[in-house]
Amino acid sequence: MIYYTIMLSQKEIQLIKKRLNREPNECELHVFNAMWSEHCSYKSSKYWLKQLPNKAPHVICGPGENAGVVDIGDNDKIVFKIESHNHPSYIEPYQGAATGVGGIMRDIFTMGARPIANLNSLHFGRYWSASDVVKGIADYGNCIGVPTVSSKCHFYTCYRDNPLVNAMTVGYTNGKIFTSIPTKKGKVYYVGAKTGRDGIGGAVMASEKFEQDQNLRPTVQVGDPFYEKILLEASLELFETGAVIAAQDMGAAGLTSSTTEVALKGNYGITIDISKVPLREEGMEPWEILLSESQERMLFVLDYNFDQKSVFAIFDKWDLDCIEIGELTNHGKFLVYGWNKIYCNIPLEALDPPELKRKFEKPEPRDIWPADINLKMDWLWEQYDSEVMGNTIKGLEHDPAIVRIPNSRKAIAMTTTSNAALCLTDPRQGAVEIVTECYTKLKSVDATPLAITNCLNFGNPENKGVMYEFVETIEGMKEVCNRLNFPVVSGNVSFYNETSGRNIAPTPVIGGIGLIEDYSCIVQ
Amino acid sequence: MHSAIVVFPGSNCVAEMERFLDSYFKQAPAMIWHKDTEVPEADLYVLPGGFSYGDYLRAGALASISPVMEAIKKKAKKGNKVLGVCNGFQILCETKLLPGTLRINDNKTKGPIIPIATIYRNFICKPVLLEPHDYLIPIAHGEGNYYHSKPTSVNVAFTYKDNPNGSINDIAGIFNKKGNVLGMMPHPERAFEDYHCSQDGYKILDMFIQ
Repeated sequence: MIYYTIMLSQKEIQLIKKRLNREPNECELHVFNAMWSEHCSYKSSKYWLKQLPNKAPHVICGPGENAGVVDIGDNDKIVFKIESHNHPSYIEPYQGAATGVGGIMRDIFTMGARPIANLNSLHFGRYWSASDVVKGIADYGNCIGVPTVSSKCHFYTCYRDNPLVNAMTVGYTNGKIFTSIPTKKGKVYYVGAKTGRDGIGGAVMASEKFEQDQNLRPTVQVGDPFYEKILLEASLELFETGAVIAAQDMGAAGLTSSTTEVALKGNYGITIDISKVPLREEGMEPWEILLSESQERMLFVLDYNFDQKSVFAIFDKWDLDCIEIGELTNHGKFLVYGWNKIYCNIPLEALDPPELKRKFEKPEPRDIWPADINLKMDWLWEQYDSEVMGNTIKGLEHDPAIVRIPNSRKAIAMTTTSNAALCLTDPRQGAVEIVTECYTKLKSVDATPLAITNCLNFGNPENKGVMYEFVETIEGMKEVCNRLNFPVVSGNVSFYNETSGRNIAPTPVIGGIGLIEDYSCIVQ
Repeated sequence: MHSAIVVFPGSNCVAEMERFLDSYFKQAPAMIWHKDTEVPEADLYVLPGGFSYGDYLRAGALASISPVMEAIKKKAKKGNKVLGVCNGFQILCETKLLPGTLRINDNKTKGPIIPIATIYRNFICKPVLLEPHDYLIPIAHGEGNYYHSKPTSVNVAFTYKDNPNGSINDIAGIFNKKGNVLGMMPHPERAFEDYHCSQDGYKILDMFIQ
């Protein structure tokens, strides 16, 4: 049986009825359930995240897009972001970690950039999850052919039943940046793998605390790095044709979030025929199709007058599905139909999630204990292909890692930092320290620090103490980023890292990048 | 001299191989797509590393029956040079252009001391020393454990100084009998830029081409 629950509160269901002026049907209720989950809506964190500095002359694209974009001169742009895959990696460490890497790389190439490096920051409390997670990350990254240049492991007992798997990807392009904001109407295309039942309810699952005996495996996605490699190459070729108006990968809440996001951002409506969606299994319910988190799928909005011959030639070449499933409209609704029936008819503004201002209060002091795990880092590092693409100047055992920009003398220094023990003792000071450490590390190789991405891993936000830790972290981060002129251009919040009533230590992770104008100074 | 790279879906060491060949031959290599049945004339055909067709079934197995490999086999028979690196080596063994087979790495002796049921680590990425000449070239593979039932009958090109994957007789790379087909697990295209671990990649081409 598929585990799936409606997590909406009574208050939220009342709000939905009021906004729709009627009872939502089953399919619509599932759509609201996913879109208003903490994971998709950021309802507990949105208010606070707005306070982080995200502007600087070199920032092309800040938070709100698939990833942050910074300008490094000569039309070269770096696209990067860090993302958590904690909940899936707890349930199924190998697939959870692998699809985490797949998801973050898709965020990068959705914007038209080729991923050039992967980094990860891992927090564990048990050995077995560490070895499975590392294998999952390595297998995915190695197969798709993007070097993993930095991997950090930290061991504390508070992560025993809630490991943190944070993956970061850095991408590069000297071409146009594509966003999920359509500037005009167009046809909506579904590209990539077929839709199956895997990952249904993943976004909701990631917005819930765990009890130890739940069977949640069907909510975890299954990854195929080979398919993603093909999708990556085909997408980058498609961007070059000039046919793309907007692009969005299908991540959390799959087809639902990608279609509604594109429509909302462009101030359009969207009509989708779900009978056109290619399916991997029979008998899927419409809401299952809408919420499946099957991996390696993309949504493109293409110009009405695109050159069909050149576009379809790309998908023929790569043997990929590319199917028209709908179009952007002026009706301002999320309209889903198929098989002569309407399944969703929701005004898009009704989908706008409520913003919560949760209460917070200083918690009782907690302890943090190192987990007794004897893992040799070189043994772990050797599993990653850190040199594929041939641009790695310093990787893994070096911190920060340094990756050359293809065919140039420029290089990017990159690192991740975290300090769970300090962040537990003093969340505000902890945030200041880890951002400063990141800045200093980049400086240590003579790089100009450009920007950061943050992955904010916290416990249950309904707990006032956890919310206090979150707010303090944001305050600290705001202060230090302003002082260092180090903008936060992308990020991710992972709440509900709570298992059987135990919350993890507040664990913000910072991913930072810096520019080295000429790498000759590093190579003797 | 002309070179060409055969690109399969899932080949992922193409860009660096292109730069490497371009820098060595002072001429950009031609690109051959896996669906091509005819290939342009070249002095050297290269099958690059990666995970062709996702390495479903077995590493290199699906690529070995792709349309382009028929054409490459003909070129090899005519005496044109063919170099297979990593996944390319696996493909050459699967197509029988080279003898033997590549198995999953056997490196369990090198894992950490923690006694648990599933220690799986197959993939290894690091620079290794090759005999002869002490070339320092990176490897990055999970299935590079070469095996042949009569290893002494194999025309060995390189051996590992410190065997990382359990291959028989420490074999890292082999020629066919005629010497015009070379398969090797180490990646010469990761050993030529000024920031790489060495520039010995060029010496591999020197030895094979001249």
